[in-house]
Amino acid sequence: MIGKRFLQASAIAAGLTFAAGAAVAAEYGPGASDSEIKIGNTNPYSGPASAYGSIGTVISKYFDKVNAEGGINGRKINFVTLDDSYSPPKTVEQVRKLVEQEKVLFLFQTLGTPPNSAIHKYMNAKKVPQLFVATGATKWGDPANFPWTMGWQPNYQTEAAIYVKWMLDNVDNPKIAILYQNDDYGKDYLQGIHDGLGSKASLIVLEQSYEVTDPTVASQMANLKNSGANVFFNITTPKFAAQAIKIANELGWNPTHFLNNVSTSVGSVLTPAGLEASTGLISTLYTKDATDPAWDNDPGMNEWREFMAKYHPKGNVANGFNIYGYAVAQTLEHVLRQAGDNLTRANIMKEAASITDLRIKTLLPGILINTGPNDFRPIEGMQLRKFNGTTWEAFGPVVSVDTSS
Amino acid sequence: MAVDTIEEKLATRHAQSQLEAKLAFYKRIGLIGLIIFAVALPFLVSDFRTFQFTRVLYISIAVLGLNILSGYNGQFSLGHGAFIALGAYVAAIMMDRWGVPYYLTIIPAGLIGFIFGFLIGLPARRLEGLYLALATFGLALATPQILKKFEIITMGVQGIVVDKPEVPFGLPISQDQWLYFFTLMILLVLFWAARNLLRARTGRAFVAIRDHHMAAESMGVNAGFYKPLAFAIGGAYAGVAGALATITIQFVAPDSFGVFLSITLLVGSVIGGIASIGGAIFGGIAIVFIPNVAEEISKAAPWAIYGVILILFMYAMPSGIMGFINMLWRGYVKRLLTRT
Amino acid sequence: MEIFLQQVLSGLATGAIYASLALALVMIYQTTELINFAQGEMAMFSTYIAWALINAGMPYWAAFFLTIGISFVGGMAIERIIIRPVEKAPVLALVIVFIGLLVIFNSLAGWLWTYTIKEFPSPFPVGSPGGNTYIGFHQLGMIGVTLLVLLFLYLFFRFAPLGLALRAVAQNPVSSRLVGVRVGWMLALGWGLAAAVGAVAGMMVAPRLFLDPNMMGGVLLYAFAAALLGGTTSPLGAVIGGFTLGVLENLAGTYIPFIGTELKLAFALGIIILVLLVRPQGLLGKKIVARV
Repeated sequence: MIGKRFLQASAIAAGLTFAAGAAVAAEYGPGASDSEIKIGNTNPYSGPASAYGSIGTVISKYFDKVNAEGGINGRKINFVTLDDSYSPPKTVEQVRKLVEQEKVLFLFQTLGTPPNSAIHKYMNAKKVPQLFVATGATKWGDPANFPWTMGWQPNYQTEAAIYVKWMLDNVDNPKIAILYQNDDYGKDYLQGIHDGLGSKASLIVLEQSYEVTDPTVASQMANLKNSGANVFFNITTPKFAAQAIKIANELGWNPTHFLNNVSTSVGSVLTPAGLEASTGLISTLYTKDATDPAWDNDPGMNEWREFMAKYHPKGNVANGFNIYGYAVAQTLEHVLRQAGDNLTRANIMKEAASITDLRIKTLLPGILINTGPNDFRPIEGMQLRKFNGTTWEAFGPVVSVDTSS
Repeated sequence: MAVDTIEEKLATRHAQSQLEAKLAFYKRIGLIGLIIFAVALPFLVSDFRTFQFTRVLYISIAVLGLNILSGYNGQFSLGHGAFIALGAYVAAIMMDRWGVPYYLTIIPAGLIGFIFGFLIGLPARRLEGLYLALATFGLALATPQILKKFEIITMGVQGIVVDKPEVPFGLPISQDQWLYFFTLMILLVLFWAARNLLRARTGRAFVAIRDHHMAAESMGVNAGFYKPLAFAIGGAYAGVAGALATITIQFVAPDSFGVFLSITLLVGSVIGGIASIGGAIFGGIAIVFIPNVAEEISKAAPWAIYGVILILFMYAMPSGIMGFINMLWRGYVKRLLTRT
Repeated sequence: MEIFLQQVLSGLATGAIYASLALALVMIYQTTELINFAQGEMAMFSTYIAWALINAGMPYWAAFFLTIGISFVGGMAIERIIIRPVEKAPVLALVIVFIGLLVIFNSLAGWLWTYTIKEFPSPFPVGSPGGNTYIGFHQLGMIGVTLLVLLFLYLFFRFAPLGLALRAVAQNPVSSRLVGVRVGWMLALGWGLAAAVGAVAGMMVAPRLFLDPNMMGGVLLYAFAAALLGGTTSPLGAVIGGFTLGVLENLAGTYIPFIGTELKLAFALGIIILVLLVRPQGLLGKKIVARV
């Protein structure tokens, strides 16, 4: 009798413990709950860099889709994105608002090297993840000193090193001319080229810079042509890239022309510049391009097109940022799904640093995302491609140059 | 036609001076009340808000510098951000390279702003109105480029990160609160100095030059000295503001000091009330908070909302908030006078 | 020598960009003695209108002239509706309204048409005369159009009754009102003309710079400098100022190593300020005599 009651009681108690155990298993940091995960972001929606703002927009639209389809592990994503005008003091203000007032679980895709530099120390002191920042500078992959900050895209220096290596192997007697944007992004590439060349830096015959506020790079291009160079590194953002390609053609200058990944969109750079003038350009890619006919019937791209049509009809499909934002948001979705019910800041960082062979379908075939406790560089592979007048043709395998050492 | 007796005249004058004393008393009470409010503020709001108000304070200092230059001396500057950049970099370099404590960077930043302002002010003597606007606009545009060019000193595009000041003397307040009080203290000193300066000979010379250049000179005001002096003072205020910005944000980079910073300062100055000292505070508030309001209204096109707010502001208060308050105040005084 | 010629010609082509916007600035300056900081953004917005019309299938020249018309009416409307309430306000209040307009047009264009660059057609043939690599048909055409606009403005202000009335208002608003000129409408006309000239400028530079909401942002300062260099009251001066600035900037960037491409703008501005110190009225401007 007693024995039976005891057994029943223990069974109930066990049941309770079990239920309680399940409840305990869901762990929440600030901004996370049974129903919601709150994520913060800053983007330049105003000011001279507002072209980048479309990344923030497409990411919010992607989370709209995720929420419409039931959220992540039953939780809706609340994506709070604020304007920082690409001005570091404003970024600090907005980020403190997100962390201290909105109490977001973590930051995702904060954009630009100067804005991210401004909050780098703060985020690590506060121990709030600064995840997949939208900049290609090398300093974001430094888990030893900044365990709360992680990049996403291949860094600019890696890319520059790939060009340099290929050029040294394939161009006879190279004489190099460089056009670069005079800011953190341009200088990072420039550094990458110099590092890649090492003792051969004297091969550079002329470097010319431009400011984002300059109306045209016509004068720079004339000087570069006149330098007698037979290799041209075109380190420019889309508008200036289109100008440079067009002007090089007008000047009758036909060097081996390396165009940086930032400006490889067929629809919004090469077509305005002239497809004929663009033929023969060499670049490295890691995302697919919606305006490249090679991907017209690609299943991954079709999924993206459906998403654009349904959730972001105002978005321009020729704008590569819409693919970039989609891909990086999918990476985050993967991390959050992997984190399950353990939504603490420490665990988000841990999960972000344990991605194995993740395949995002809008990235080029062969590009896999991998991270580890000592590897805070999610995408390291890129593929050299040449523009044949209609599409970027691959030549050679997916390569990665290790710059972390 | 009534002829006032001497007694009546004296009585009116007496009543008037009594009224004036009363009004001055009100003003003083108001000012003390404001200062008490400013001191209490960080205990009423979160650390984040305190940080925002610290930004308001140092921006107000810069706006006051611009008010002295443009409002009182009539020299328009579209490039005042250059002086903020200068002060910010002086502080950042002193702290980062030489390990100087943050509180010792304020005076050098102000001094260098002063010297640089005077030097810019020398050629500016001969430039009036639009020409000065162009020259200073050019200065604003060139500032980030110059900061990038002299990489050895400024660390170029990478910027400089500095440490957040610790709370001294074991005070039981947060770092943000301490920073706020530190900034508030400097602001009070500088506003007090500005008030005394503008009431004294220098201020009268500034205004005389603004109102009538040639007449002032023929009266013996040396415009060749006072005009660069106004630039120097404006530069010193902005320099101090820059140093405080570095300490508050803990980061400087060329992109923090683009053309839009200078334009924003002008906007703040005009919205606050350009020929006033108190208006600078409203200017600081406007600069920090209008963009936030605009963003609340529309995320898609925040600048469009910002522009609309600016235009509506100018419709409602063409001479700024302080101009508006002064108008109300004068109306009130007039009514009191007619009553007596 | 080849590079010298190349830089001079390329400077002239760029100078035409500055000159065309400087002409628009001079239009408003003539009637109000103010520089409209929103002029560049208005020109950019007009160009987007033309782009939308051409994309909707309209032939180039029809879109070209329709855009000029829309811009003219739009410019007048802005003066009548937005500027008028602050006409009597302090100058700085007006400057703030200009800044407000600038950010509104910029933001609106980005919102309506996104920030992705757009290709804008040129009415001139592709290539260059004789296949030379110095200057193409479009650049020559752009210089030609700038000169045509200049000629039109000269004739308008010299011979057309409306142009004469406009000049009268600029010189003496009170007396013009007394002789029956409707001053308010003349101010609006000045804005309309400026917007129309700006639209031409925008449509001429867009094939070169590519159309995006920030297309004219960088040009404004150059146009401002060009207008002051030439003398803010003189359309011819503005054009000469624009060409001078374009060439000067290129030569400084090419031949002075320390200046390089990084400081060429600062250098060009420095030179202009030096010129203005010696000759404050600009190259062709009328000397302003202040009464004491």
